[in-house]
Amino acid sequence: MAMAGPDIEKLIREAFPDAHVIVTDLAGDGDHYGARVVSQAFAGKSRIQQHQMVYAALKGQMGAALHALALETGVPK
Amino acid sequence: MSEPTEQRIKDIIAGSDVGLFMKGVPTAPQCGFSGTVVQILNGLGVPFTGINVLADPDVREGIKSFSNWPTIPQLYVKGEFVGGCDIVREMFKLGELAAVLNDKGVAVAAL
Repeated sequence: MAMAGPDIEKLIREAFPDAHVIVTDLAGDGDHYGARVVSQAFAGKSRIQQHQMVYAALKGQMGAALHALALETGVPK
Repeated sequence: MSEPTEQRIKDIIAGSDVGLFMKGVPTAPQCGFSGTVVQILNGLGVPFTGINVLADPDVREGIKSFSNWPTIPQLYVKGEFVGGCDIVREMFKLGELAAVLNDKGVAVAAL
């Protein structure tokens, strides 16, 4: 199973309309991606909460169709 | 998740100061992400218990809903979920992991 980078980006953007999103394909196998998500929605949230918010945006794909997503999250400076 | 599995997970977490739900065992991780966290903990000289979820499918799935975290590995310190590979690596880079361990009374090797 696998996911396409643009699909990941689309799901993240739907959940975080203001976000700056960069999705990189780490292995070219559709299973290992990196994502950098910067959004005001993360303000005041712990890293765990921020990552959980992104996982929620992926609607259950994380750990299923998507094996690995190296996540970096933050609030706009 | 069944109640017995949930109780087993609680007992496992309570059973050690530092517990790593991982794929494989500390001496033979079966996944790069699990291996990364093992290296970080070994590098800090922190004794920990490795829980091989590959040998326990109920725990492998149960831990994900228990912590609301969809992937393995998962690191617990004194009963608290600290994070998966990304977060542990980032905390380690920033020196936050050693601080959290010290705060919780877990000895860390001097770096």
